[in-house]
Amino acid sequence: MENAFTIAAYVVAAILFILSLGGLSGQESAKRAVWYGIVGMAIAVLATLIGPGSGLWLASLVLIGGGAAVGYQLATKVEMTQMPELVAIMHSLVGLAAVFVGFNADLMINYIDGIYQAEGMVLGSVAEDGLTVIGLPKEDYEGLSAFGQLIAKKSGVEIGILRVELVLGIWIGAVTFTGSVIAYAKLAGGSSLLPFQVDTSAKKLPGGHYLNAAAAGLSLLLTFIYLGSGGTFTLVLLTLLGLFIGYHLIMGIGGADMPVVVSMLNSYSGWAAAAIGFSLGNDLLIVVGALVGSSGAILSYIMCKAMNRSFVSVILGGFGGPAGEQMAVEGEQVAIDADGVATALNEADSVVIIPGYGMAVAQAQQGVAELTRKLRAKGKTVRFAIHPVAGRLPGHMNVLLAEAKVPYDIVLEMDEINDDFPDTDVAIVIGSNDIVNPAAQDDPNSPIAGMPVLECWKAKQVFVSKRGQGTGYSGIENPLFFKDNTRMFYGDAKASIDTLLPLID
Amino acid sequence: MKIGTPKETYTGERRVAMTPDSAIALQKLGHTCVVETGAGQEAGFLDADYKAAGVEVVKTAAALWKAADVVAKVRAPDATEMKRLREGQTLISFFSPVADEAKMQSAAKKGATVVAMEMIPRISRAQKMDALSSMANIAGYRAVIEAGNNFGRFFTGQITAAGKVPPAKVLVVGAGVAGLAAIGTSTSLGAITYAFDVRPEVAEQVESMGAEFVYLDFEEEQTDGAATGGYASVSSPEFREAQLAKFRELAPEVDIVITTALIPNREAPELWTEDMVAAMKPGSVIVDLAAEKGGNCKLTVADEKIVTDNGVTIIGYTDFPSRMATQASSLYATNIRHLMTDLTPEKDGVINHNMEDDMIRGATIAHAEEVTFPPPPPKVAAIAAKPKKEAAKELTPEEKRAAETAAFQTQTKNQVILLAVGAAVVLGIGMIPGMPASFMQHFIVFVLSVFIGFQVIWNVAHSLHTPLMAVTNAISSIIILGALIQIGSTSALITLLGGLGIFMASVNIFGGFLVTRRMLAMFQKS
Repeated sequence: MENAFTIAAYVVAAILFILSLGGLSGQESAKRAVWYGIVGMAIAVLATLIGPGSGLWLASLVLIGGGAAVGYQLATKVEMTQMPELVAIMHSLVGLAAVFVGFNADLMINYIDGIYQAEGMVLGSVAEDGLTVIGLPKEDYEGLSAFGQLIAKKSGVEIGILRVELVLGIWIGAVTFTGSVIAYAKLAGGSSLLPFQVDTSAKKLPGGHYLNAAAAGLSLLLTFIYLGSGGTFTLVLLTLLGLFIGYHLIMGIGGADMPVVVSMLNSYSGWAAAAIGFSLGNDLLIVVGALVGSSGAILSYIMCKAMNRSFVSVILGGFGGPAGEQMAVEGEQVAIDADGVATALNEADSVVIIPGYGMAVAQAQQGVAELTRKLRAKGKTVRFAIHPVAGRLPGHMNVLLAEAKVPYDIVLEMDEINDDFPDTDVAIVIGSNDIVNPAAQDDPNSPIAGMPVLECWKAKQVFVSKRGQGTGYSGIENPLFFKDNTRMFYGDAKASIDTLLPLID
Repeated sequence: MKIGTPKETYTGERRVAMTPDSAIALQKLGHTCVVETGAGQEAGFLDADYKAAGVEVVKTAAALWKAADVVAKVRAPDATEMKRLREGQTLISFFSPVADEAKMQSAAKKGATVVAMEMIPRISRAQKMDALSSMANIAGYRAVIEAGNNFGRFFTGQITAAGKVPPAKVLVVGAGVAGLAAIGTSTSLGAITYAFDVRPEVAEQVESMGAEFVYLDFEEEQTDGAATGGYASVSSPEFREAQLAKFRELAPEVDIVITTALIPNREAPELWTEDMVAAMKPGSVIVDLAAEKGGNCKLTVADEKIVTDNGVTIIGYTDFPSRMATQASSLYATNIRHLMTDLTPEKDGVINHNMEDDMIRGATIAHAEEVTFPPPPPKVAAIAAKPKKEAAKELTPEEKRAAETAAFQTQTKNQVILLAVGAAVVLGIGMIPGMPASFMQHFIVFVLSVFIGFQVIWNVAHSLHTPLMAVTNAISSIIILGALIQIGSTSALITLLGGLGIFMASVNIFGGFLVTRRMLAMFQKS
């Protein structure tokens, strides 16, 4: 284990991982950055395989190969619109792997303990000087695996810390696992491959936060019991509690908050890896776990800020209840047909398109891109306005538009484009709702009051492509649809765009 | 009050300042109306029509001037009319305070009130009485009609069985009200229309009417029309040169030129020079709407139509509105009626000449024995004034520095607090009795990594957050290392769990990186 070559390789891998994350600051450098990550991972795995301590490397290679095949299938088959689900379900794998590795560590401790007892010695006892650990007889020690040897050398205090770390790793891993599965089910909705269906809205289970708090408290108690006794059974109980919390926590969060949840779970999987890294004494695991953990945490923070909500309130479940009577919406929704939209588009000079989750659901991004190309060919300014939480994953819309070959330099962030709406002839809202809701600015009692929104209603004309008259994911009435300059273009986003396309000349 | 309208005395003037319709509206304000016999004859309004509308018809101009308290007419009064103007009487007509200064002085001396229609300020409220605009609208329309009348081809391009007809090309110089009206008429007739104006901000209006704005390659800061009450101002010699060069370039191409460039109280600028006329195709037509003020083309002869040696027709009529007397009269009479409405706020037939009112003050050039021209600047800005672009408030260097220092200080403070807390936590953990050094080594690595993570992630582009998530997802399966180390254990259960861990983590590694690459490959520049 303590092999200089392996450690050197880990340093290289760690640097490559850091460069990989840092490279994501721009679209062009990002393409290079992925390769850094791949090479880093390859170096880390190879160094571990050829390093001392790993046995069964043939079996390991076979398993890696099998995983590679499955991973390849998943990654190439998945539709871009299902990216959020894929990322969520993959988090669950990391969580589960962390649980397994953690359990292994516990089993190994018990195993070593058994050997010590067979020799009539005590694991972790220290010699007179208080520093040197009294080791096993040489023949027993040599017979252990590398991981076993590592544990066998530890003092009692170190074993205690190790147990804390593996409890943390297992527990966070368990939360990540069920949480990710539920997040997947919520994101996938009807197309979920799971045997059960999950309600996508925020669903309060009986007990609410108290149940979570109780489970967390119980976990803490069990941790102490485990540290005292070292019974594997307590560890199983702890795992079950973690699984329950993951399930219960994410069930209470509405689908609209899923971007935050996914990135939060991402963060958890990192912390779990870091905790396991501590217990295994593996610095690379710690480094990467910490990188992933902090990146997920920052991402969640950025998104919560974009929605003007506190991180805690998102994590503790869904939107709070409305603070008071919401403003009644006056007026009526005026519908328009494709001809009307086409006429307005043909006359417009500048067009801003605001895509939302509805575009992703209807798979309309290709049509939207085609529409963009046609309008741009006629010399019109066409731009996309992307709200930070549009879609179900941060940057979701960017990925979809990129897939449809919309040039990224006309895809702008909210802050870049909000001031331009008054000079815009036509704003087209495709399948977004809450992110263009003027109530966020006008109605202090709205549940989304204070959330920054795209001020598309300042454009001369607004067309909203929407399936029906229902409310959005968050269930809030949208006054935008009732404004004088808003016309509702009802229908499935893809079908609507397809009827519109031939009418643009 | 009795409002009277005499027959216009100016030769060729066919308009009239009161129509039977406007008379009915004026009577609703509590006024009585009187016209000179035959006043509306030329504009198609008969005495009988006036009588039917309850208007008194008097035989002579002298009788009318004597009877009326308010005289509303079109053209500025002539010498005879000036003599008839008496104390306390109000005259409403076109009245140039510059060209007719002597008349203005004498009217003021007499104690008469004169409201000059061309002095109505260009504010939104006064648009309804802006006779210059309503007359310019007619002039612009009529200019195109006159041009078409003298132009030997269609305006619109046609492909017929009898051959192909190219569309006419029309250049409109000056995109004021008349210019815009001409553009509208010309485009609706099907001609290809170009328009030019010294005020670049009207380009949008021009384009909205369907014409193409002719831009100059000229760097100089051009005066905003808003600063001069919505009118053009005198341009610099360099600018003029650039403008003329552009016109020279266009001259051989265009079939019809309509010039409408006028600067208030000045001679019309020369924009269409003789060499441009010479460069035009035979059969081309120039309509010079500025003929009254000397013309934008020096060859223009006011009130006449001439044909140059190379067959270019130049129309210099100054009476376009008068050529459409019925339309012009009804619009002008409506302007007057709106003005009277403002002058009679109580609708009781009593005129309240409120000199505090921006609009009334601006238009009145003689009142209470005094000349009241020029008026003080109106309190409300001109209609053409576009809201100045909210210039980002220029901070003075001191303010900027102060703001920066303050920001820097808070930043420093926050950082110091964070660092202090972080250091305290780390030290606290290190001080826990019996904390082994091996743990602390790993812990330091952990803290540094978190730190690096925070530093790096802030710079990730927002649009790349999904790839970031996929990458972090992929590399979080570094947990595979743990499983790899454990799989070689002697215990079967450990090997099984380790094997499962390896399998799942590698699904994640490959899946995560592949998906990321797929996503990134799609990002492309236009």
